[in-house]
Amino acid sequence: MRAPEPWNPDRAAEVIARHKDAPGALLPLLHELQGVFGCIPDEAVRPVAEALNLSRAEVHGVVSFYHDFRRDPAGRHVLKLCQAEACQSMGCRSLAAEVEQRLGVRLGETTADGRVTVEAVYCLGLCATAPSAMLDGQVVGRLTPARVEALLETLP
Amino acid sequence: MTVRVFVPGDAAAVAVGADAVAAALTRHAPEARLVRSGSRGLFWLEPLIEVETPQGRIGFGPVAAEDVPGLLAAGLLDGGAHPLRLGRPEELPFLKRQTRLTFARCGIVDPRSLDDYRAHGGWKGLERAIALGPATALEEVVQSGLRGRGGAGFPTGIKWRTVAQTQAAQKYIVCNADEGDSGTFSDRMVMEGDPFVLIEGMVIAGFAVGATKGYVYVRSEYPHAIATFGDALTIARAAGYLGANVADGGFAFDIEVRVGAGAYVCGEETALLDSLEGKRGQVRAKPPLPAHQGLFGQPTVINNVISLATVPTILADGAARYRDFGMGRSRGTMPIQLAGNVRHGGLFETAFGMTLGELVDDIGGGTASGRPVRAVQVGGPLGAYFPRALFDTPFDYEAFTAKDGLIGHGGIVVFDDTVDMAEQARFAMEFCAIESCGKCTPCRIGSTRGVEVVERIMRGENVAASRALLTDLCNTLKFGSLCALGGFTPYPVMSALTHFPEDFAGPRLRVAAE
Ligand SMILES: Cc1cc2nc3c(=O)[nH]c(=O)nc-3n(C[C@H](O)[C@H](O)[C@H](O)COP(=O)(O)O)c2cc1C
Ligand code: SF4
Ligand code: FES
Repeated sequence: MRAPEPWNPDRAAEVIARHKDAPGALLPLLHELQGVFGCIPDEAVRPVAEALNLSRAEVHGVVSFYHDFRRDPAGRHVLKLCQAEACQSMGCRSLAAEVEQRLGVRLGETTADGRVTVEAVYCLGLCATAPSAMLDGQVVGRLTPARVEALLETLP
Repeated sequence: MTVRVFVPGDAAAVAVGADAVAAALTRHAPEARLVRSGSRGLFWLEPLIEVETPQGRIGFGPVAAEDVPGLLAAGLLDGGAHPLRLGRPEELPFLKRQTRLTFARCGIVDPRSLDDYRAHGGWKGLERAIALGPATALEEVVQSGLRGRGGAGFPTGIKWRTVAQTQAAQKYIVCNADEGDSGTFSDRMVMEGDPFVLIEGMVIAGFAVGATKGYVYVRSEYPHAIATFGDALTIARAAGYLGANVADGGFAFDIEVRVGAGAYVCGEETALLDSLEGKRGQVRAKPPLPAHQGLFGQPTVINNVISLATVPTILADGAARYRDFGMGRSRGTMPIQLAGNVRHGGLFETAFGMTLGELVDDIGGGTASGRPVRAVQVGGPLGAYFPRALFDTPFDYEAFTAKDGLIGHGGIVVFDDTVDMAEQARFAMEFCAIESCGKCTPCRIGSTRGVEVVERIMRGENVAASRALLTDLCNTLKFGSLCALGGFTPYPVMSALTHFPEDFAGPRLRVAAE
């Protein structure tokens, strides 16, 4: 996964300029900002609001509405465990419990060393090869505790 | 001649090792031409690779990267004998029993090849639409009886007609590729395996109603679909199927992809439009209908991926051919998705009318765990749980409504006898609480109350009173919600309570799953 860049107003201005004139620009703009900085830093809200002629409250409202947007950066790796029904039928709940225990975090948290963030996701469209997960954007299916263990071990 | 070997690039195949298989083939058989196709939709056999031979395509699966040298030694490139050899995929019962209209090409063609698309019947629908003219093409869609495959089942042609008859300088076609329902993946499979069919469907829609701009709103959980569909747009544009003069037909149309941000409610059409406009994805009150005032206040057709991807086959072969499949008011075919704890999970496109029991026991082969099937949830997280006693229900919009259920986007999630239905009801309420857009109090607050009440039942506190309270809460949600997130959450909850009352009797005797 590409390491996030530290906050840089000029870099942000570049991204904002690229999107600001498209109709309904806010989501694509936020996606790209998060791609660069790893989250939507509080400092980004004012320039985004100004460029799109919105209030800061409106921008905050959008950032907080969508599950994808983070106010703070995630760990170096992100493991998204599907917790929706098809994966439930194949044991994703106990799988998640094992991961939580192994890493000493709950879903939605980051390990103390900042290595891994573990999150719940509701369906990856891999429901016939359940239980499923996404690790740093890579999809994995037919997960078993051993397979998750092996995945976690390969992480730097 | 170079032999073509097909290895799916479909996300579900990749999730079980297809990329490693492709890499092994490149390394050990550089003489073969590797094609990353979509998936045929037989996921228990993935990675399922196919080799083009003089006897037709021969399948092998499930293949692991380690199997590749052995397969090659056994004569893979000539379709040679091997324990993983499946023979001709079309002869496998799971495929043989299907009627593939919408999915005719998926898993067969190279999704990035216009030549393949054309050779397998692509663009015929658009050509005929242009020859018929917008009004007659639109009537074909009406006559086909096609109903929206996103869940609500509204007649697609009627929706188009409303937009066609509304005057405006700018109209839009919006494709709903948010596919948030657990147990569904047909939109994803089309976008990864046969993206041009969706482009063709959207172009025909634009031509029929007089819209020049299309948006595809796809969920961020689908990076492979986003990539493949994006490539297909570039290829189609370069070949003149998008742009100022589409296919020399004298009309303009282009498509842009927009990526969601992890909100289930944005699959609801008006929330999706708000999200496309760059706002919080909150549900709009209707009227006005999107067909009158949709995206940026302009007349908008909003359709599911499968609805749009079915239009080309309807135009190419005529409304009557499509309409002749199906039963009652459910015409044509439905790509049904068998998922969860099922032996033969995958995509099964068939005419409406097959019973739930046939689909689960016969086609699906029962559970993957080998234990008895206890419950199936049909139609996603807002769909009802069906017990075996209702397995004679035919797969049809009205038949499912009559049993207090819905077919939704066509997903069937199978559970074995270890399932705790109170836990499933609890989850349905929790999901509603997590995903609520916040506009209506019953949905926003009632769902959290619902979680608490189910938890009380699970602990055995005031069970009878708590069950009555849960029923009351469900009625409040059903009648006090603006959209189906709050309004339909009672389906999974009440069906669990009604059909599996023994799981709502207090603390469960939790037998070990073994
Ligand atoms: C909470 C909620 C989520 C929905 N999610 C989707 C979805 O992911 N995909 C979809 O096509 N329709 C979804 N719908 C249905 C849409 O509102 C709408 O009916 C559909 O996009 C219309 O297209 P169609 O007529 O082609 O089905 C959802 C509805 C609700 C209430
Ligand atoms: S029912 Fe729920 S999701 Fe639907 S509009 Fe009301 S609050 Fe929003
Ligand atoms: S429910 Fe887990 S991938 Fe669909």
